[in-house]
Amino acid sequence: MDRRDTPFLILLALPAVIVFSAFFLLPLARLVMVVGEGRDGLATYAVVLTHPRYLESLVATMVLSAGVTAVTLALCGVVGVFLTRNRFFGQRLVVAMLTLPLSFPGVVVGFMIIMLAGRQGLIGDLTQALTGNRLVFAYSMAGLFVAYVYFSIPRVILTVMAAAEKLDRRVEEAARSLGASTWRVTRDVIIPGLAPALVSSGAICFATAMGAFGTAFTLATRIDVLPMVIYTEFTLNANIAVAASLSIVLGIITWVALAIARSLAGTTVSAAA
Amino acid sequence: MTGPGLDIRLVACAKTFTDGTRALEPLDLDIAAGETVVFLGPSGCGKTTTLRIIAGLERPDPGGRVVFAGRDVTPLPVEKRDIGMVFQSYALFPNMDVAGNVGYGLKVRRIPAVDRRRRVAEMLEMMHITELAARSVDQLSGGQKQRVALARALAVRPRVLLLDEPLTALDAKLREELRIEIDRLLRNLGITAVYVTHDQAEAMALGDRIVVMERGRVAQVGTPREVYLSPANPFVARFIGTLNVVSGEAADGHLHLPGGRLALNGAGSIPASGRLSVAFRPEAVAVIPLINPGDQPHPDGGLIGTVTAAFFLGDHIRLVIDGAGESAIVALAPNHHRFTPGDRVHLAVDGGAMPFAEG
Ligand SMILES: Nc1ncnc2c1ncn2[C@@H]1O[C@H](COP(=O)(O)OP(=O)(O)OP(=O)(O)O)[C@@H](O)[C@H]1O
Ligand SMILES: [Mg+2]
Repeated sequence: MDRRDTPFLILLALPAVIVFSAFFLLPLARLVMVVGEGRDGLATYAVVLTHPRYLESLVATMVLSAGVTAVTLALCGVVGVFLTRNRFFGQRLVVAMLTLPLSFPGVVVGFMIIMLAGRQGLIGDLTQALTGNRLVFAYSMAGLFVAYVYFSIPRVILTVMAAAEKLDRRVEEAARSLGASTWRVTRDVIIPGLAPALVSSGAICFATAMGAFGTAFTLATRIDVLPMVIYTEFTLNANIAVAASLSIVLGIITWVALAIARSLAGTTVSAAA
Repeated sequence: MTGPGLDIRLVACAKTFTDGTRALEPLDLDIAAGETVVFLGPSGCGKTTTLRIIAGLERPDPGGRVVFAGRDVTPLPVEKRDIGMVFQSYALFPNMDVAGNVGYGLKVRRIPAVDRRRRVAEMLEMMHITELAARSVDQLSGGQKQRVALARALAVRPRVLLLDEPLTALDAKLREELRIEIDRLLRNLGITAVYVTHDQAEAMALGDRIVVMERGRVAQVGTPREVYLSPANPFVARFIGTLNVVSGEAADGHLHLPGGRLALNGAGSIPASGRLSVAFRPEAVAVIPLINPGDQPHPDGGLIGTVTAAFFLGDHIRLVIDGAGESAIVALAPNHHRFTPGDRVHLAVDGGAMPFAEG
């Protein structure tokens, strides 16, 4: 890059810097300050991280998000590759259906899970007829899990399909000609080829699940996930400092998870053998 | 090293793709053990399809069979056929280094690490890329990549090596260098090889036999000498090397052309009169510079024309001559002559003009 270009480049970056400061840095700083001004001051962070209720919800949210990410990636990896490799009648429709949740607010997704697995739900009716027991899981972790997977699928599957489209089939054929079974080819060629897409879409999936609110608001009547706890502390208990510190912890954890995922992806791509 | 190759038989192998494209008409071919057969033809003629059928990456239409050393392997997928493949696009594993690529087939076969390392080192040495062992494949030049691909394919001691335009992506000098190396390898290893190319020079240099293909059909199978000197049809004649085709009226044993007449004695069964086309190679033309404006063609047969372009190619001069036939004639002249456009020349065609039925 030419040295003379620098002022010009700074000028070009200026709008982004302004927007970033106004809508991101300032509110964040304010959030940090809110914590400091609270009853316990900066010790609020310690409270948040040691108090069983907060800690439990934090761990539960992370486990849930990690599980959702793993299942969504596995599902979308298989389905995405299948959909790019096979042409069949109604294929466009399937893709369209899979990406439909993109346009739903979280509340609608929650509502759908209630219709599926709630007290009056489809699964309930079915299990009642078959076993005599009504299976209801909409309001449990399982319900949240299904809902999160459902709304994570579109983001992940579109990324996976774009990446699968670009995989070089000759490389797979070379592996097969060397005696590799379908499973070996998947492990040694397809997954490494998809790794960057899986990591980036997995990171987004994890972050979204960590912060998802609408769905949790609809379903999580008996369970504490972090966004719900923040909401309760903020609106019902007016415990603003705790809400703010929880928000910041949520942000940091998500950010760290994404950073780890990214560096992991870097090493798998360059060092796998 | 690699054991002797096996013989391959293709029996009535045709290929129709699901979209209805007929890529290959039923093809029968015997390839001897240790032989190098080159498939040659223009783009889209079905070379890759044939190679992929041999490899097991594509199934022939029902009725077609692929037989390796007497054993019908038609239902076997590629991973069970014990072949090596080399692609135009190299198709190296981007997530493995050079040694990882070369050793991959051995790893899949569960060869112990010690033996694997030894074999990989051996292969790298054979391909002169020992110093690249720890490189990542995106740090290699095209020629180096193709060396790695060859080493990878040969490491598992396949009994058949299939190469699909392995040199097409390389520049001319590298292509020549690697071609010589591949030739040496194939001879030394005694492996049966099928090589696909659309470059006739490559086909001539490498093939024990050449299969010339045209629109899904075999146009001719023969040694390089046979396809060059006795092409089975105009398509083959035109595709392999340069061919001059001239048309004129045949009368009293000669073909009459704008620049003179050609004796027809060498051209086999030729009708005594009527319109006729004959063909001859550039090297069959003897070119003599003319000095006097009044020079006449040789009474036994000869043409007079004007040089329109002369290319000095080092070992010979390539001339394009107008006015002798209805269209331009290409001829080769020894490099000690000097020609400039506008020079008048006398052309004598050596006995081997071929009768030529326009296809
Ligand atoms: N998977 C496919 N589906 C449909 N048609 C195909 C497929 N693969 C190849 N074809 C068609 O079959 C014909 C033969 O293709 P093939 O790849 O064998 O040609 P080729 O001789 O290798 O050509 P090139 O020199 O360009 O590589 C072409 O008309 C091609 O378009
Ligand atoms: Mg081809």
